[in-house]
Amino acid sequence: MSKGRFGVHGGQYIPETLMTAVIELEQAYNHYKDDPQFNAELTELFNNYAGRPSLLYFAENMTKRLGGAKIYLKREDLNHTGAHKINNVLGQVLLAKKMGKTRVIAETGAGQHGVATATVAALMGMECEIFMGEEDTKRQALNVYKMRLLGAKVNPVTSGTATLKDAVSETMREWVGRIADTHYVLGSVMGPHPFPTIVRDFQAVISKEIKEQILQKEGRLPDAVLACVGGGSNAIGAFYHFIGDSSVRLIGCEAAGRGVESFETAATIATGKLGIFHGMKSYFCQDEYGQIAPVYSISAGLDYPGIGPEHAHLHDIGRAEYVAITDDEAVEAFEYLSRTEGVIPAIESAHAVAYAMKLAPTMAKDQIIVVNLSGRGDKDCAAIARYRGEELSE
Amino acid sequence: MSRLKEAFSGGKAFVAFLTCGDPDLETTERLIQSIAEAGADVIELGIPFSDPTAEGPIIQAANLRALSNGVTTDDIFQMVRRVRKTVSVPLVFMTYANVVFSYGTERFLKTASEIGMDGLILPDVPFEEKEEFEPVCKQYGMDFISFVSPTSHDRVKQIAKEAEGFLYCVSSLGVTGVRSELSSGIGEITALVREVTDTPVAIGFGISTPEQAEKMAAISDGVIVGSAIVRIVGQHGRGAAPHAAEYVRQMKEAVRRLG
Repeated sequence: MSKGRFGVHGGQYIPETLMTAVIELEQAYNHYKDDPQFNAELTELFNNYAGRPSLLYFAENMTKRLGGAKIYLKREDLNHTGAHKINNVLGQVLLAKKMGKTRVIAETGAGQHGVATATVAALMGMECEIFMGEEDTKRQALNVYKMRLLGAKVNPVTSGTATLKDAVSETMREWVGRIADTHYVLGSVMGPHPFPTIVRDFQAVISKEIKEQILQKEGRLPDAVLACVGGGSNAIGAFYHFIGDSSVRLIGCEAAGRGVESFETAATIATGKLGIFHGMKSYFCQDEYGQIAPVYSISAGLDYPGIGPEHAHLHDIGRAEYVAITDDEAVEAFEYLSRTEGVIPAIESAHAVAYAMKLAPTMAKDQIIVVNLSGRGDKDCAAIARYRGEELSE
Repeated sequence: MSRLKEAFSGGKAFVAFLTCGDPDLETTERLIQSIAEAGADVIELGIPFSDPTAEGPIIQAANLRALSNGVTTDDIFQMVRRVRKTVSVPLVFMTYANVVFSYGTERFLKTASEIGMDGLILPDVPFEEKEEFEPVCKQYGMDFISFVSPTSHDRVKQIAKEAEGFLYCVSSLGVTGVRSELSSGIGEITALVREVTDTPVAIGFGISTPEQAEKMAAISDGVIVGSAIVRIVGQHGRGAAPHAAEYVRQMKEAVRRLG
């Protein structure tokens, strides 16, 4: 009866009112996913709007300095709107349009998914409303302005901890009240079936390209693929086409915040336990009575108490490894990549860079690491400056 | 017949909802006693959850008040144990899947049954996922309550056929709360339900006035009121019991008019 399972994880734990909407979405997706016309339109948008394929860049300076494995960066930061988020949004909004929806809603943490959704809504002539934790609207005021500039309405969410999880809850509440003309563009590989599958499929273009590009450049598969994990959409996108290649280590980098021993962490695999929340069964940071924990990370995009169900399953079966990276380590990697390669990474992506800095020296020089650089760091400069005790003003 | 089903056998029923621990469990205990005396036929006891995604602002705020006072599932079990000595109306827990799952579904339902609870409502568990909870409810003699909503369409009969205790019919799209307008097509849904089952159907979400209650009771077997009662508790705090009881008396009177 239950659908969309990855091992024990996944499912559809949502109010009855939403069931019709997710069933309708699943049917539409099954219809369009193999439709040549739909895929041609999506490829056209990927290539000529988002700027795909994104580069696979050999980070030679970083490789030399670390003195171990060769490091490649998958440059999702070079996509239009500056992150991998656009891949999923183009797919979902195109699908919503085919379904006859005229309005899209979305949650956002750091604002990247909100900006991507507002962007594509502007492109496709859809009405757009974004739900963003009030805390995050203050931390990411520039992104709030961008969304408004793009024609979207931004609703600050004041419930709960006023961060990403509350933005998701509030977007679900909004959707339950208006489903006939509205599609919820969920931003990560989470929520009820079919979202984890749909979002993964639209992000899988990342690993499809990595595979082609690395075979062309190196004539072999990488030894490890690294990506940061909040909900886990850029990571599943970077992992997907390598899941069957057992020689490739898949490593997800979670946000440890001030450390997995502290209460100020968002490392779900390291500190969470099995639960049911936001439509899915997966691992969640929670207390002994199942109350969802207030989580913390310097990165608003990883500041989420759960992880997508497919990651939870890859963890269970040992196919992917999950490591925790602290704020300090991520900030150091943010600065290191900027100085060493002239590439300012998103603080989210810097979590994966930080682990590459630990891993590469332990590997042989003929081995290969691919780091998915999921976004660019312009949005983070003010916060990182503040972290280092410097106040920036416009 | 289950005690819940029986609660609907003496005419139109009034189902009242309370958030446990708002503002504290002593108040909840007094509220249960006084609204039972005032005529509530079934009482839903909400176990607060940190992120109640099906609730509107009124019940969200009550959840927050209760949790910030540190109330836990175990404290609520203790309170029910005490109140069961004096109150005989059917009691149903209403909470979210994770509260039950994290406690251990079997352990939760075994305890709930022992302390005299009659059923369980989980608004984030639809028909497709009920296999995880319903058989365990059955094992411990509790009814697992199913939902139908204005968007259920051809799902209504499938869901109604397997409904236990009573069927929770959501009056309108959206989350819980007080509404001035309710959807007009509800009568069609309850009519569909009656084609396939004799399990009573109660309408909830948005109902706050005696006029709305009377109108909804006319096309169903009872009405469920949550936010309007929780709002009274929010206004009067520890002294809420007589105010809530007076409200329940008026509402029960309104549904009783239809016999």
